[in-house]
Amino acid sequence: MVEHGEIRVVHRGGSKINFRQPVFTHDSRFLLCASANAVKVFSASTEECVHHLVGHTDLVTGLILRPSNHLQVFSCSLDGTVRLWDYDDGILIKTFVVGFPIYSIYASGSHDGVLFLTIPAKNDKRSDAFQLVAVQLPQSSEQLVEAREISAVLPDVSANPGAISFGRAGQYIASVCGLHLEVFFFKKQKSFRFSLKEENNKGIKNTFTCAACHPKEDCIATGHEDGKIRLWRNFSHKKEYTHSALHWHHDAVGALSFTPEGTNLLSGGVESVLVLWRYNQETQKDFLPRLGAAIAHIAVSPDGSLFCTAHSDNKITVIHSYVRVSAVIQGLVRGDRIWTDLVVDPRSKALVMNGKPGHLQFYSLQRDKLLYNLDIVQQEYIHESGLDQFEVVKVDFDAGGNWLATVEERKQNSAELELNLKLWAFDEQTQSFVLNTTVPAPHEDRISDLSFSPDRTTLLVSASRDGHFKAWALAPPTDAEDQSPSWCCDFVASYHGLAPHCCGFSADGSLLAVGFQEVVTVWSTASWELLTTLSQPPGHVRNLCFGRLSCSKYLLGTTTKNQLCCWNLLSCSLEWSTSMDVTLLLADPLSENMAAFCFEAGSTDLFVFKPSEPRPLFSHKAVCSGRVLRAVFSPREELLEGCEEDVQWLNSSRLFFFTPSMDLMTFSTKAEEDRLMASSKQLVIGDQVSMTPFNLLLGKRGQTEGQEVAAGSERVQPPQGSSAVKELLQTPAHVLPSTSYLCSMFVQSLLISTSDKREQNNVTEEEMESEKEEDDSEDEETQSSAVKPDVASGGGRTGDPTRPHGLTKAQTKELRRVRKLDYSWLRDLD
Amino acid sequence: MGEFKVHRVRFFDYMPSGIRALAFNRGTERLAVARDQGSVELFNFPDNYCQEKVIPGRDGRSVEALCWVGSRLFSVGLDGLITEYDLDNLRPKYTVEAYGGPVWSISCNLEGNLLAVGCEDGTVKIFEVLDDRIQFQRNLDRQKGRIISVSWHPSGTKIAAGMMDMIRIFDAETGHAIHRLLVERGVGTAKNREVVVWSLAYLSDNTIISADSAGKVQIWDGLTGTLIRSHYITKWDVLALSVAHDESSLIAGTSEGTVVQFQFLSSGEQQDKEWIRTRTFKNHTHDVRALVLTDIAVVSGGMDTQLVVRPLLDKVEKNTAESALRKIVFPFKSLVSCAKKAGLLLFQFPDHLEVWRLGESEGYGKPGECLLIKRKPEKLIHLKRKGEDHICSSALSPCGSWLAYSTTSSVRLYRLQHSGNNISISKVSKLPKFLCSAHQLCFSPDSTKLFASSTQSSVIVISLGQSECKYVHTLATKSGSRQPVHLLAPSEDGKWLATANTDCEVHVYNLNKLKLHCTVPVYGSCPTAIAIHPMTSNLVIVHADKQVFEFSLGQKEYTEWSRKLQKQGLHPHWLERDTPISHIFFNPKNSNHIIMHDVYMLCVIDQSLPFPDPKTRLYNQMSLRGLPEAERVRHSHAFKICKSFQDVLSVISLEDQSLVIVERPLLDIMSQLPAPVLQKKFAT
Repeated sequence: MVEHGEIRVVHRGGSKINFRQPVFTHDSRFLLCASANAVKVFSASTEECVHHLVGHTDLVTGLILRPSNHLQVFSCSLDGTVRLWDYDDGILIKTFVVGFPIYSIYASGSHDGVLFLTIPAKNDKRSDAFQLVAVQLPQSSEQLVEAREISAVLPDVSANPGAISFGRAGQYIASVCGLHLEVFFFKKQKSFRFSLKEENNKGIKNTFTCAACHPKEDCIATGHEDGKIRLWRNFSHKKEYTHSALHWHHDAVGALSFTPEGTNLLSGGVESVLVLWRYNQETQKDFLPRLGAAIAHIAVSPDGSLFCTAHSDNKITVIHSYVRVSAVIQGLVRGDRIWTDLVVDPRSKALVMNGKPGHLQFYSLQRDKLLYNLDIVQQEYIHESGLDQFEVVKVDFDAGGNWLATVEERKQNSAELELNLKLWAFDEQTQSFVLNTTVPAPHEDRISDLSFSPDRTTLLVSASRDGHFKAWALAPPTDAEDQSPSWCCDFVASYHGLAPHCCGFSADGSLLAVGFQEVVTVWSTASWELLTTLSQPPGHVRNLCFGRLSCSKYLLGTTTKNQLCCWNLLSCSLEWSTSMDVTLLLADPLSENMAAFCFEAGSTDLFVFKPSEPRPLFSHKAVCSGRVLRAVFSPREELLEGCEEDVQWLNSSRLFFFTPSMDLMTFSTKAEEDRLMASSKQLVIGDQVSMTPFNLLLGKRGQTEGQEVAAGSERVQPPQGSSAVKELLQTPAHVLPSTSYLCSMFVQSLLISTSDKREQNNVTEEEMESEKEEDDSEDEETQSSAVKPDVASGGGRTGDPTRPHGLTKAQTKELRRVRKLDYSWLRDLD
Repeated sequence: MGEFKVHRVRFFDYMPSGIRALAFNRGTERLAVARDQGSVELFNFPDNYCQEKVIPGRDGRSVEALCWVGSRLFSVGLDGLITEYDLDNLRPKYTVEAYGGPVWSISCNLEGNLLAVGCEDGTVKIFEVLDDRIQFQRNLDRQKGRIISVSWHPSGTKIAAGMMDMIRIFDAETGHAIHRLLVERGVGTAKNREVVVWSLAYLSDNTIISADSAGKVQIWDGLTGTLIRSHYITKWDVLALSVAHDESSLIAGTSEGTVVQFQFLSSGEQQDKEWIRTRTFKNHTHDVRALVLTDIAVVSGGMDTQLVVRPLLDKVEKNTAESALRKIVFPFKSLVSCAKKAGLLLFQFPDHLEVWRLGESEGYGKPGECLLIKRKPEKLIHLKRKGEDHICSSALSPCGSWLAYSTTSSVRLYRLQHSGNNISISKVSKLPKFLCSAHQLCFSPDSTKLFASSTQSSVIVISLGQSECKYVHTLATKSGSRQPVHLLAPSEDGKWLATANTDCEVHVYNLNKLKLHCTVPVYGSCPTAIAIHPMTSNLVIVHADKQVFEFSLGQKEYTEWSRKLQKQGLHPHWLERDTPISHIFFNPKNSNHIIMHDVYMLCVIDQSLPFPDPKTRLYNQMSLRGLPEAERVRHSHAFKICKSFQDVLSVISLEDQSLVIVERPLLDIMSQLPAPVLQKKFAT
């Protein structure tokens, strides 16, 4: 076992930004959102990520601006801490340790120094029971503070942060859970509970989904499973409460929010439409349709000028109050599952996988940014659950990144499988992929693997469950009119009617290995003849990988019966084999390393090895629970210089993988983390928010102008003078010396510095000389009063602007001494 | 439970009439309901919403609005008349011509001495209410265009009148118009289509609420004449408004069949209250034409002929009789009578009568099976009434040879003669003079006497003979009740006649002596069905609150069984039933069985079995079937309920041990209504 203390599994890019409701800063310039273990600060106008607030050790579950200071933000996390940040500078100010996993956070301006947190109910056996508690924040100047003063507010609340809302002026808090609405009044310390019937005779689902309180009036809006929004009023009475219903959504209401003045109510749900209801004129409503994906959260900026919606496809849309989209912050799109393998685009080095329904997304992991979406299916997506729609299931690039092959399928039922193989050519002019060839129904059954030849010849192999594999090649245009070449089938082969499950090319593209159930067949791509068969029963071949570089004579395969085999292609014999349940076998394209994810005892282990020797270079036990099914080696932009054996494999590539819970993780060395930390600090200092090229041009000019103005004003009023004024004004009157004394000194202090500034060059030279005299001046301090009249006269003289260079060395020295003096007497007085 | 052969009759094309106007009297808690055909019904709300009285309509009379003045009821109609009703004798008392063309609305001031009516010619006319009549006082300033709605300010100094496109506010003293509030025409409709202000409410804080044909409920400041808020609640018309007595809530009824509630709520701490739309009730399929907001419930009626009482759940206790939604579809009075011996059925319609012969079937079958029909039922007679008044009561003698009906102005008696398949009808020309009008008609079981309930709770007895019909006697009570007798129940042996009136009195007369035999102690709820047991001569009474009493005529006291029942109390499920028991009869095979029915069930009460435990289920027939024989005896109780018949109008037992069950499925009624307004349904 190799020591691996230095390598950690970390989140690096592609994390969820739609997990919790984003928060607008008070000036609406920034948008804060919880993103895995960090808080990201986005600029609301440029969509750029400005800061990463890193510090939490578990998922960040809530964000809220500090009510008493708008420049600070609280964040809470499952690690049981609440942290206070200065988001403008990206600095952690304080950490409050609560000690329970926190699921959401609330605060109100009228409850100073108190935070309301949702934590698991202690004395409840159920794991999904939560309670709302108030935590008194201790007044302490320390960095790390224990906040243990917890008092229960409401039992039995929902873990969904949208289910709790503070009412008008923080007088009450409303919480919805299941079929109940509970309103707690702080003044009376009393709560009212309103219930809805489970289901009325029409079978309508009444369950509450979210709540929002009107900021100015006593009105609570609640969203429901059946798409209704109920407006509750008069809820300070147990019985005479009343509610009215607004019904536009056809499916559950996902999020609700009032604008700060309470004139509008915003709602959203699965329909991907933001609905803007005029408060008290609910028949008039505005819609913002086609937002792309279900709305999970809605936030409104404190001045009401911007709205923002967080969508289920990991996207945040910033919307003007006149219902127009102004910015879109797109994270890595994750559906409920990924069908395609993870592929790296050879050109842009972007990660390519399923994105929006029917699209491929190109996501730059280096910049943590979505580059673009490529519409593969080219059909309109219908937002309705349970509808069978086309999905991209296979994707591959050729070595140069000039060709992209995709397979999309729709199974209405298993008998009527619809398949399309599409080939896309890269267009240099538009810098995107253009559809070249569509092959409808390339196979009779589902395509199990798709692979481009790694050498520069354009050859594509598709293996299908119908028992065939087909080679596709670029054919010259048959038609004279048709300019561009298109793809057609070059070769079809089968092997004893067995269904191929995987295929792979050797590094030079001369050999093709196809796994037909238990048998691995090796074909020559030049002549399409079967060279040899390799077999290691029992178990079907699951993965096939050729070795690279120095190990290119090896072929590795994994089987369903927990075997990892390595064949030597020169001798056509088994080199070594080992027994492990490999779910995924990957070859690093830039080295001879291979990575195998093995499932064992409920979690996945990673082994990195060279095919030439059956000894792992690196192993990591339990990288995550469950099976890892998707992973990719992504080439680094700059190589690492790790020299230790277990770190070396990370030098040229980085290994990303998806956990079963759809989190994108990677492996990171300590050195790399240190470097990243340093660079992020650098970023914090030298960052300007609105750094557009245009602004760079204009901003520079503005700055220089400003400098000129500042220089001019410096001449008129030197900084020393202003500090003297400040001293003069801030000292209490009864401790000040007489005015005549002060006046002369004040005027003189002003004038000296002017001359000082002008003769800076001279002075610096003189200072060198006069350094030895410094001690003398120290001694003279005690005799300050005796020197005073002299100083006053000197000040008068030097103050004359007609005499710029009329000072002797002695005089300058004298003046410097005086400058020291006027501070010293003030210090004495204190 | 006994076994019966059942004639399931579904050929009674009874069609209730749409509700046009409602008026609620807070003092007596009576609701007056006016229907399209001009009849007026009175419901007693405290007594389980029981339908007390029906004033039959008349051809050409229409009721557009109703108004209570104290306990006097007035109506106006498009015939241009103002009518006051005689609620004791169930007929119009007098009519006054308004001389302003069709009258659209009527409103009474708070003091109850002045009536304002809005007429087609654009005048609001003020009538003074005198003790025995009303007298025209004066006209307010005449306007162009009809006056659709009128509302008094509670102080009585101002009147708001809704017109086409505008609302006028009048000073009631001078009669001059003070304000003219222009109502905006509907958006999306043709600009030349006038908007009709269907309904108005003038509140004591000088707020005016208007409902109009453009689908708006608008709130106006009556002092300045400015619009405060406009609520657009439907694409169609808002037809009716009703304000709660404390002016904290109001409801508006729309053409879509919805009722929208508004509440006067304060939204902040020290902020002014405002009218906020809150709940929406949808209990109707068609126009909601009339509305009443009582203290605890929303009462609505409309084109779909149902009267719906929807309790406000914040005002009533949960799971009580008050908190249940009630839909009143059928009249409480029986419209079917049957010749038990001859197998004939008489159906009563407002303008004609139909006599049908029941069909015959072959042989016997297993319980629940349908028998093969040998002879189809056939309609024998279609008898149109004479005169303009609608038929209020009718009866067919058990032998099938006499038929009688009455209107508010006359009683007619016919003799039917069967000869083979032919039937002939002849009018009995000479009737006693006393018999000028009857609220209820009934033949004695031997078909020799006709009982007719008359004024002041009296019953006129007429003997029927081949040659002539003679007046025998007038059975009168000494209680001095002026209320009409609404139930008549002669005993099988012809000795007794039991009567019940709407003052809740039940009297029993000895027909041999033609004298009052006894009076049953008065119970606080109106009797809905009475019957005398043929063997034991016990009188069984069921009241509107579902209480069952058995009174021994021999001992003149409640029987042992009845006392035991009262002591133990009836099952809560029984008491919560929302339709009244409409008929009682007895199983001729088993004298212990009392059979009664309401609209949704048929119940056999076995007097030999113990009463049900209030904690167990009342309807346990299905669960009993699953139990073994021995267990079944232990669990069975006196109330056996059959729900296989729905929307039952009448159940009658024939001589030959068979039952006639007359059903009128609600779906059939709905299918005969005109199409409702077009509404966009989601996903269609």
